[in-house]
Amino acid sequence: MELSGGEIIVQCLKDEGVEYIFGYPGGAVLHLYDAIFHQDDVQHILVRHEQAAAHSADAYARATGKPGVVLVTSGPGATNAVTGIATAYMDSIPMVVISGQVGTPVIGSDAFQEVDTVGITRPCVKHNFLVKDVNQIAETLKKAFHLATTGRPGPVLVDIPKDITDPNIKVPYHYPETVSMRSYNPVVTGHKGQIKKAVDLLVSAKRPMIYSGGGAILGNGSNELTELVRLLGYPITNTLMGLGAYPATDKQFVGMLGMHGTYEANMAMHESDVILAVGARFDDRVTGKLATFCPNAKIIHIDIDPASISKTVKVDIPIVGEVRPVLLEMISIIKQGNLKPSAADLEVWWNNIEKWRDLNCLDYDRSGETLKPQYVVEQLYKVTNGEAYVTSDVGQHQMYAAQYYHFDKPRRWINSGGLGTMGFGLPAAIGVKLAFPESDVACITGEASIQMCIQELSTALQFNTPVKIINLNNRYMGMVRQWQEFSYKSRYSQSYMDTIPEFVKLAEAYGHVGMRIEKSSDVEGALKEAFAMKDRTVFLDFMTDRTENVFPMIEAGKSHHEMKLRVAPGTPIDRELS
Amino acid sequence: MRHIISILIENEAGALSRVAGLFSARGYNIESLTVAATEDPSLSRMTLVTSGSDEIIEQITKQLNKLIDVVKLIDLAESVHIERELMLVKIGTTPATREEVKRLSDIFRGKIIDVTPSSYVVEMTGPSDKLDAFIGSLEEGSIIEVARSGPTGISRGEKGLHL
Repeated sequence: MELSGGEIIVQCLKDEGVEYIFGYPGGAVLHLYDAIFHQDDVQHILVRHEQAAAHSADAYARATGKPGVVLVTSGPGATNAVTGIATAYMDSIPMVVISGQVGTPVIGSDAFQEVDTVGITRPCVKHNFLVKDVNQIAETLKKAFHLATTGRPGPVLVDIPKDITDPNIKVPYHYPETVSMRSYNPVVTGHKGQIKKAVDLLVSAKRPMIYSGGGAILGNGSNELTELVRLLGYPITNTLMGLGAYPATDKQFVGMLGMHGTYEANMAMHESDVILAVGARFDDRVTGKLATFCPNAKIIHIDIDPASISKTVKVDIPIVGEVRPVLLEMISIIKQGNLKPSAADLEVWWNNIEKWRDLNCLDYDRSGETLKPQYVVEQLYKVTNGEAYVTSDVGQHQMYAAQYYHFDKPRRWINSGGLGTMGFGLPAAIGVKLAFPESDVACITGEASIQMCIQELSTALQFNTPVKIINLNNRYMGMVRQWQEFSYKSRYSQSYMDTIPEFVKLAEAYGHVGMRIEKSSDVEGALKEAFAMKDRTVFLDFMTDRTENVFPMIEAGKSHHEMKLRVAPGTPIDRELS
Repeated sequence: MRHIISILIENEAGALSRVAGLFSARGYNIESLTVAATEDPSLSRMTLVTSGSDEIIEQITKQLNKLIDVVKLIDLAESVHIERELMLVKIGTTPATREEVKRLSDIFRGKIIDVTPSSYVVEMTGPSDKLDAFIGSLEEGSIIEVARSGPTGISRGEKGLHL
C-alpha cells in the first residue's frame, strides 16, 4: 500500500487504535487535515484553542489509561499547546502530540508560523522527534506511542514539516507491530531481594503508614494496593494525584496528605516509623519542610522512575519497578510466609490515629446563611452517588473537591496536580465525557479558572459532550486571596475581579443551560435538575462564601505537625494541638 | 567533588542540547563538555565534567540515564581512570623570555607548533591540573590566548564503556 505522509499519519493512528484526536488546523498541517477528511475511523475533535486540545487529550488518557492524541499546526499552534503538554508531563500522562512544522527547505529561516517546536517543548516532554523523511513517519509514530505509554508515561511530540506530508509523494506503508530502542529499556519487575527486605521492614513496623500517589493509578495498581493495605490492616493516605487508588470511604483511609491534607494523615506521617511510598514522588506540597519530614520513619519507595527515588527525601529501601508487579510480589511474600504485624502495636497506633481523626478537621460552619463551597461539593457527591468523573481547575475549589468528594475508584478524579494549570477543568471534562458518554462528568471550577478556557463551551456543543460545570463563584481568586490573607496581612493584590461575566447568560450564549444558585437550600435541587438533563451541558453558578478558606493548611516551610486548622485560637481543640 | 561522566549517546540532531538543557533546567553545574563520534558512527561519546555532593551526582546520572538518547554512561570518578585534556596556548615572547618559555614548555612535555619572532604556540596534553600548572608558571601578561578542549577520559583495565 502506497500512501502520502498525511495518509500515513492517519493510518498509523488507526493502526494504533486511536478513537479521538484533539486538534486545530493550520497551514502546516493542511495536507494532514485533508487526509483526515477522507476517513471516519479516527474522529477529530475541533477545540477552540490548542491548549484545550492538549488538556482534553490528557484527561481522556487519565480516565481511560489509553494515550491521548493531539494535533496542532506549527508556530502558535505548537506554542499554545505547550501549557497542556507541560501539564501532562508533570503528571506523567501518556500523550502523543503531532505538530506541523514549516517545510524542510525553509526550516531555520524564520518562515511564517515557524518556531523551534522541538527546542521549545524539549524540557516538558518525555521525548520528541523531528521527522525529515516521509519513510520515517510510521516508525517514529510507533516509537512515540511506545515511549508515551511505557515506563514512566509522558507526552511525546512528533514535529512533522509540511513537505513530508505532501499528497503527491507516496511511499510504501508499514506500521511496525513492535519497536525496540537500545537506549530505552524501562524496568518492570522490582529487585526480589529489595522487595523481601521491604516486606520484612513493613511487617515489623509499629507505626506504619502507606502513602500512595499518581503512580499507583497510572500503573493500574489500585486493586493490588487495596489488597496489600487490607492484608496488613495499615492506615493509608493518598496524594492529590493518588485519590481513588484506595477507596476513600474505607475506614483504613485517613484522607489526603500534604498542604491541605487531613490532620490525621499528616500527623500519622509525622509520627510513623515506617512509610511505604507507592508511586509517589515526595513533592514539596506533600512533604512540607524537608528537614522535618517524617523524622522517625524508615522509608520504602516503589517507583518506576529511578530518578524519583531519593530526589528530595532520602529513601532507605528503594524498589525500582512497576507498582503492580511489585505489590503482587509483596502480597505473595506476606501470604506465603504467613507474616503478620503485631496486633498490639497496631491497635495502639490506630487508637492514636482515631484520636486525631476525632478532631474532624474537615468540619466547617454549617450554621450560617452563606452558601459554603464545601457544602456544594458534598451535595454533588450525594447527588452523583460518588460515581461521577470529576475534573477540576486549580485553586480552592480543587482542594474542596479533593477533600469532600470521596473517590472510591481510580481514574475518576482528573486534575492538574503537578503543574497546577488553571483552565484544565473544562477541556478535561470534555475529554472524559467523550471517553465515557454514559457516565456523569462534573467539572468543579471557580470563576477565575473557568475563564481561562471558557471558549471550550463551544466545543462542548459541537461534539455533544453534556458535562456539568460546578462553578464555585466567590468573586475572588480564592487561593491567592487565602495566601494574601495569611501571609500578606489581607492585602488582596489583584486577586479580585470586579467584572465577572454573567455566567448564566454566557452559558446560554454558547447554547447551553445556565443556573445561578445562591442559597444552600437550593443546591441539592439544582444539582438533581442539572444531572437529570442528560443531553445538556449545564453551567451551575454557585454564589459561595467570599472569604471561606481551605483548611487544614500547612503553610510553606512548615512541617506536617504544624497544621493550621479551622479552629478559633484558645478553644479546647486549639490548646490540645499546641 | 569533581566527577567526569562519560556518556554514550545516540548521534542524533538535538542530543547535545538535551544534555545541556537538562543541566541548565535543573541547575546542575557543568564545567566542561566534549563530544565527538565514536568508532560506531551512530554513537557519540560525551565527556562531561561536573561537581556536586554525592546526592547531586546521583541525581545527575539518573536524570542523564532518563534521557531517551542516552544509551549508557559511567562516572569515571568511581574507578581508576586516565584523564587527558588538550590545550593550545599562544604566548607572547621577547628576546629575554624566549628561552625560558621554551624550557618551561619542555619541562611540561609541550610542543611548540607555531613560531613568530614575538610568539610561540604551545600544544600540551595532560590532566587538567597539569595544564593549569603550566599556565600558572608562565610570566604574568605573556599569554595571548588559551584554547582548551576540556578533559576527556577512559577507565584503566580491559573493561570499558561500550554496547
